Amino acid sequence: MLPDLGKYTLYVLGSWGVTLAVLGLVALFSAIEARRVRRELEALEAEAPRRPR
Amino acid sequence: MRSIWELANPARFMRLSAAALPWCAGGAALALLVGTVWGFFLTPDDYRQGSTVKILFVHVPSALMAINIYAMMAVASVIWLVRRHHVSALAAKAAAPIGAAMTAIALATGAMWGQPMWGAPWVWDPRLTSFLILFLFYVGYIALWAAIEDPDAAADLTSVLCLVGTVFAVVSRYAVLFWNQGLHQGASLSLDAKENVDDAFYWPLLAMIAGFALFFLALLLLRTRTEIRRRRIRALRMARARAEEAREGALEGAADVA
Repeated sequence: MLPDLGKYTLYVLGSWGVTLAVLGLVALFSAIEARRVRRELEALEAEAPRRPR
Repeated sequence: MRSIWELANPARFMRLSAAALPWCAGGAALALLVGTVWGFFLTPDDYRQGSTVKILFVHVPSALMAINIYAMMAVASVIWLVRRHHVSALAAKAAAPIGAAMTAIALATGAMWGQPMWGAPWVWDPRLTSFLILFLFYVGYIALWAAIEDPDAAADLTSVLCLVGTVFAVVSRYAVLFWNQGLHQGASLSLDAKENVDDAFYWPLLAMIAGFALFFLALLLLRTRTEIRRRRIRALRMARARAEEAREGALEGAADVA
């Protein structure tokens, strides 16, 4: 249950909401991009001959 | 003790970061959960600022991270310029969008705190203005990376830009001390206990700062791993294009002989 924020409800909830939304979006985009690039590299390495070590 | 330079080897970085990533992500989730429950639900209202004091728990950690991420990028940029370690340049590139997000959060939550307390969401106060310039440096840095195709040239130019912007990171941190004017208050946390916020807010604030720092570390590892993979993709594509060019050249040569 939310605490009583009185006349500042909009400002407090707005601040926390903006923070969660921005952090969530950065994490989501980073995870999506990480998965896309990993799959792309896996597909490319599957086609290409292995680099000698 | 292992040298930090061992992380400059991309293969070793990938191995170590794969092991560290789940711990950082788990630690971030735990610290943010504790800080949110404690800070948002269990702290009292401030005697002057009322419930707006709860904005402290997102505003201070994001502002702190905005400056420290830029400092980390500056160190990584120096390492790139001096020692040419690709992982350092890619780590700086990976950190920039997270730093920009933290600066945007600090500016937005500051505006939402300023409106009820100062009567205005924005004033041209030294700290606010230097933070806005810091945000513009983050945006410029990201845009410069995107604008240059050659990754080494991009790393060189963005490193120089990052070092120029370091001035504003320092100014953002010490603006309240440099110019004893403006509306923004001094530090909420300090090694000098007299300057700290009350204990009721201090510990949940520390939990949130730890959560933000671990969140940054987890995302930094994830994004740097992505950048290393992207670089490998580019290298593979270039090698393939060169091999195709050589094969076509050989075929043309054989046709000329025939």
